[in-house]
Amino acid sequence: MTALLIILVIVLVLVVLLQIALTSDFINFIKGDDDEEGRSKFQGSMLMVFLVIGFITLIWSIFYFKGRFLPEPASEHGHLIDMNFNLALFFTGIVFVVTQILLFYFAYKYRYRKGRKAFYFPENNKLEVAWTIVPAIVLTFLIVKGLTSWYAITSDAPEDKIVFEATGKQFAWVLRYPGADGELGALAGRDKVSPTNEVGIDWNDPSSKDDFLANDIVLPVGKPVEVKIEAMDVIHSFFLPHFRVKMDAVPGITTRFWFVPTITTAEMREKLGDPGFNFELACAELCGRGHSSMRKVVTIVTPEEYQKWVEAQTPYSQLVGAYEQKTSRQTAENANVGTALNAEIN
Amino acid sequence: MSDVNTTMEHTHAEAHDHAHEAHHENFFTKYLFTMDHKMIAKQFLITGIFWAIIGAFFSVVFRLQLGFPDADLSWLAPVMGRWLTPDGALDPNFYNALITMHGTLLVFFVLTAGLSGTFANFLIPLQIGARDMASPMMNMLSYWFFFLASVIMFVSLFIPDGPAQGGWTAYPPLSYLLGHGMTLWLLSLTFFVASTVLGGLNYITTILNMRTKGMSMFKMPLTIWALFFTAVIGLLSFPVLVAGFILLIFDRSLGTSFYLSDLVVNGQFLDKGTGSPILYEHLFWFLGHPEVYIVILPAMGIVSEVLSVNSKKPVFGYRAMVFSILAITILSFLVWAHHMFVSGMNPFVGSIFVLFTLLIAVPSAIKVFNWIATIWRGNIRLNPQTMYAIGFVSMFISGGLTGIFLGNSTIDIQLHDTYFIVAHFHIVMGVAAFFGMFAGIHHWFPKMFGRYMNRSMAYMHFWVTLIGAYLIFWPMHYMGMAGVPRRYYTFDAFDAFSQFAGMNVFITVVVMIVFAFQILWVANFFYSIFKGRKVKESNPWGATTLEWTTPVNPGHGNWPGEIPEVYRWPYDYNKNGHEFIPQTVPMEEGELEHEETPAPEKVS
Ligand code: HEM
Ligand SMILES: [Cu+2]
Ligand SMILES: [Cu+2]
Repeated sequence: MTALLIILVIVLVLVVLLQIALTSDFINFIKGDDDEEGRSKFQGSMLMVFLVIGFITLIWSIFYFKGRFLPEPASEHGHLIDMNFNLALFFTGIVFVVTQILLFYFAYKYRYRKGRKAFYFPENNKLEVAWTIVPAIVLTFLIVKGLTSWYAITSDAPEDKIVFEATGKQFAWVLRYPGADGELGALAGRDKVSPTNEVGIDWNDPSSKDDFLANDIVLPVGKPVEVKIEAMDVIHSFFLPHFRVKMDAVPGITTRFWFVPTITTAEMREKLGDPGFNFELACAELCGRGHSSMRKVVTIVTPEEYQKWVEAQTPYSQLVGAYEQKTSRQTAENANVGTALNAEIN
Repeated sequence: MSDVNTTMEHTHAEAHDHAHEAHHENFFTKYLFTMDHKMIAKQFLITGIFWAIIGAFFSVVFRLQLGFPDADLSWLAPVMGRWLTPDGALDPNFYNALITMHGTLLVFFVLTAGLSGTFANFLIPLQIGARDMASPMMNMLSYWFFFLASVIMFVSLFIPDGPAQGGWTAYPPLSYLLGHGMTLWLLSLTFFVASTVLGGLNYITTILNMRTKGMSMFKMPLTIWALFFTAVIGLLSFPVLVAGFILLIFDRSLGTSFYLSDLVVNGQFLDKGTGSPILYEHLFWFLGHPEVYIVILPAMGIVSEVLSVNSKKPVFGYRAMVFSILAITILSFLVWAHHMFVSGMNPFVGSIFVLFTLLIAVPSAIKVFNWIATIWRGNIRLNPQTMYAIGFVSMFISGGLTGIFLGNSTIDIQLHDTYFIVAHFHIVMGVAAFFGMFAGIHHWFPKMFGRYMNRSMAYMHFWVTLIGAYLIFWPMHYMGMAGVPRRYYTFDAFDAFSQFAGMNVFITVVVMIVFAFQILWVANFFYSIFKGRKVKESNPWGATTLEWTTPVNPGHGNWPGEIPEVYRWPYDYNKNGHEFIPQTVPMEEGELEHEETPAPEKVS
C-alpha cells in the first residue's frame, strides 16, 4: 500500500514538473524573445555550483568512509596491491581534479554572450604532442610498477608453503587439508565423487590417507600458504577480500594462488576493537541461485595454534571409512594396490 | 540495383508533392517496411527506447531487493507473479534473471542497436551527402532482424522457467545448465548479430562509396568517422561472438563439450571430457571488449559535433581525433583478456594485456583533452544538447580513470567482479553513452521530426540524471574497494559486505528518482514528436554540415534537387569573421585550410 502511495506521489510530481516545463517553454515562445544569454548564464552557473558542491561531497565522502574501503591488508602481497592502488590514485586523482575543473569552468566562463567571437583554434601540434607524451610516460611508470608486483605475486610459491584445497560447488566450498604429511592426496576424477568422497579423492594415493576436510579455513600467520582451487560444476571464484586474494575456480583446470597472512584474527579483532570480527571467504563469480551464500570464515592463528588444530582433525578417510569399504572393491579393480593398502591400513 | 534506383528516383520526385506521396505510400511502406534510412533510424530509436524503459525498470526492481531486502513486493505480483516468494520477496533466480536481462538489453539492444542503429542510419547519408544507404533493402533487413531478436528476447520474459540467468556474459558451464530462457537468449542474440553485421556492412559501404562530390574522407564530420570505425569494430568482432555462441548451443543441444569438462552437478556426474570454459571467455571478450567501444564511439562522435557546433568553434585537433579513434579501434582488439586476469590464465599472458590496456588510455586521454580545448574560448550556447555533451565528458573522465586501476592486473586482483567494476562501466559506458545519445537526440530532433524538444524538461532531466548518476555510482567504488562482489542477491551473510546496507538504501532511493526522470524524458520525447514547437529555419543551430542543407522535413532522397557539393571541412566556425561557414560554401581566394592555419602567437 505504501509503495503504491509512493508511486502515486512520484507520478504526481512528474506531472507537475511536466506542466511547469510546458508552460515555461510556452511563455518563452509567446514572448518571442528566447533569452539565450540568460539561459546560458544560469546553466553555466549551475555547472560551477555542481563542480564545487561535487568536490566538497567527494572529500566529505572520503573521510566518512575512510577505513572501510581498502580495509587493512592482511597479507604480504596485499600491501603491494594497495601500494599500486595508491599510486594509480595519485596520478588519476590529479588528472581527475584538473580536467573536471577545466571542463566545468570553461563551460561557465566561455558561455554564450551576444556578439562575442569564439577563437578559431583548430590545431596546435605542440599541445597535442605534450598531452600524448605526458600520459604515456605516467602510464609506462604505472605499468612497470604494476607488472613488477604482478610477477612477484604470481611467482611460484616458496618450498615451505602450506597447501590446502578449496573446491567450489553449487553453493558451498569444500576445504581439504593435507594432514600430518603435508601432502594433499591426488584426485581420482570427478566420476569418483560420491556422498562419501566429496571431491573424488584417489584413495590409492598414500598421501590421501591423512587428508581432512575442514569446515572453515584456519591458517598460521607468517607462513606462505598456497590455495589449490578447483570447481565441481560451474565457475566460482575464491575471494578473500581482506587478503587481496582472488582466483577463479574453473571446472577442468586447477588454479592456484599463494599468499602470506600477516595478522592473526585475534590481533585484528583487537586492532579494530571489534571482538566479533572475522576474515571471510566469498565467491566472486556468478554461479547461480546461491551465489551470495558461499561464505566461510577464515581464522588466522599462531603457528602453534595451527599445529594443534591440525592434530585435532579426523582424517576424511577415517570418517567415511574409505579403506575398510574400498578393500573388497579395490581387490577386484586393482589387486596389487588393494592388497598393499590393506596391509597398510591394518 | 536498378530496383533501388527506381524507387529512389520515384520518391525523389515525390518529395516535392506531399499530397501525391500519400497515394503511393501506405502505412506499411511508410512506417513499417520502409527503406528510407531516416525512418529506419526512427524505428531503431523507438525500439531502443522501449527496451531502455524495460531494462531500467528491471534495475529498479533489483535495486529494491538490494536496498530493501525485506520489502514486501507482493504489489508487483500482477507483473511478476511467479517470481515472488509467498512472502513477497524476490526469488534469487529471478534476481539473476533481472541483472542478466538488464545488462543484455542495455548493452546490446539499447546502447548498440538503439544508439548506432539510430545515428548511423540517420546521419550517414545526410552528413556525407547521399540519398540513402548503399543497400536500403539490407538496411531494412537489419532492422527486422533486430526486431526478431527483440521479439524472441521479449518472449523469453514470459516462459515458465524464466529468462536467462547467467549474467550478460553467460559463462558456461552455468549457461550450459540453465533452461529455455538461455536458449532463447542465445537465439535472440544470434539474430541480433545478424542485424549488426548487415547494418555494419551497409554503413561501411555507404561511407566508402557514396560520399558526395568534394567530400573526401578528411572532410567528413567526426560523427561519421566514429560511426565508420564502430561499424568496422562490429563487423570484425560480432562474428566471433556468434562462433562462441554456436559452440555453446552445440554444447547445450548436441552433447558436444567445447566448454565442458567432467562435472558433478547436484551430485550427478556428467561425463564431459576435457573442454574448457576459458575458451568461451576468450571468444566472448574478443567481442565483449570491442563492444564497449562500439557503444562509446558513436557517443564520442556525437559529442565532438555537438560541442563544436554549440561552442561555435572548430573541434580541436580534428586529425588527432580521427587517429585516436583509429588507435582505439586497433587496440580494442588487443585488450580483451583484461577481463580475465584472475581466470587462471597464464600470468605472463596477462601482463601483455596489461600493457595494451593501459596503452588504450592514451588515445582516450587525447580525446578528453581535445574536447576541453574545443570549448576553451568558445562562445558556448548551453543548450540541453551541450549540457548532455559536457555531462558525457565529465562521466567519461571519471569512468576512464578508474579503467587505469582495473587495467593494472595487480590492482584488479582485488577489484575484479566487485562493485568497483559496476561503477567503472556504468559511469564510462552506461551513463556516458546515454548522455551522448541524449545530446544527439536533442541536437538532431529538429531534423528527425521537424519540431523541437521541450527545453525546460530537458534541463530538469539533465540535472537529475547527472547528479543522480554520480550519487548512484560513485559510492560503488568504495564498496568495490572493500570487496563487495557484484551480482549478489543479498549481502546479509557477510560481515564485510553487509556494513554497506545504509549505502544500498541510499543508492536505491536515488535510482528510483532518476528512473522517474527518465520517464519524464520519454514523455518529453513523445510529446514533442506530436506537439513540440515547429522548426521554421532549416539550420536552427547554425551548423556547417550537410544535413542542415536539406528541407526542414526531408523526404525520401533527402535533397529535393541536386545533392550539394562540398568544399571545406565541417568545422569552419568563427573563421575570418563568419560565425559558421557551411561545407557547401567554396573556399575563398587565398583562404587557408584549417591545418594550414598558423599557430596563434599567444595561447592565452
Ligand atoms: C580508459 C581506458 C579503459 C581501461 C584501461 C579499462 C579497463 C577495464 C578493465 C581492466 C576491465 C575489467 C575489470 C574486471 O572485470 O576485472 C574493464 C571492465 C569494463 N569496462 Fe573498461 N576500461 C577502459 C575504458 C572503458 C570504456 C571506454 C568502456 C565503455 C565504453 C568500458 C567498459 C567496460 C565494461 C562494460 C566493463 C565490464 C564488463 C563486465 O565485466 O561486465 N571501459 N575495463
Ligand atoms: Cu558464486
Ligand atoms: Cu574491456
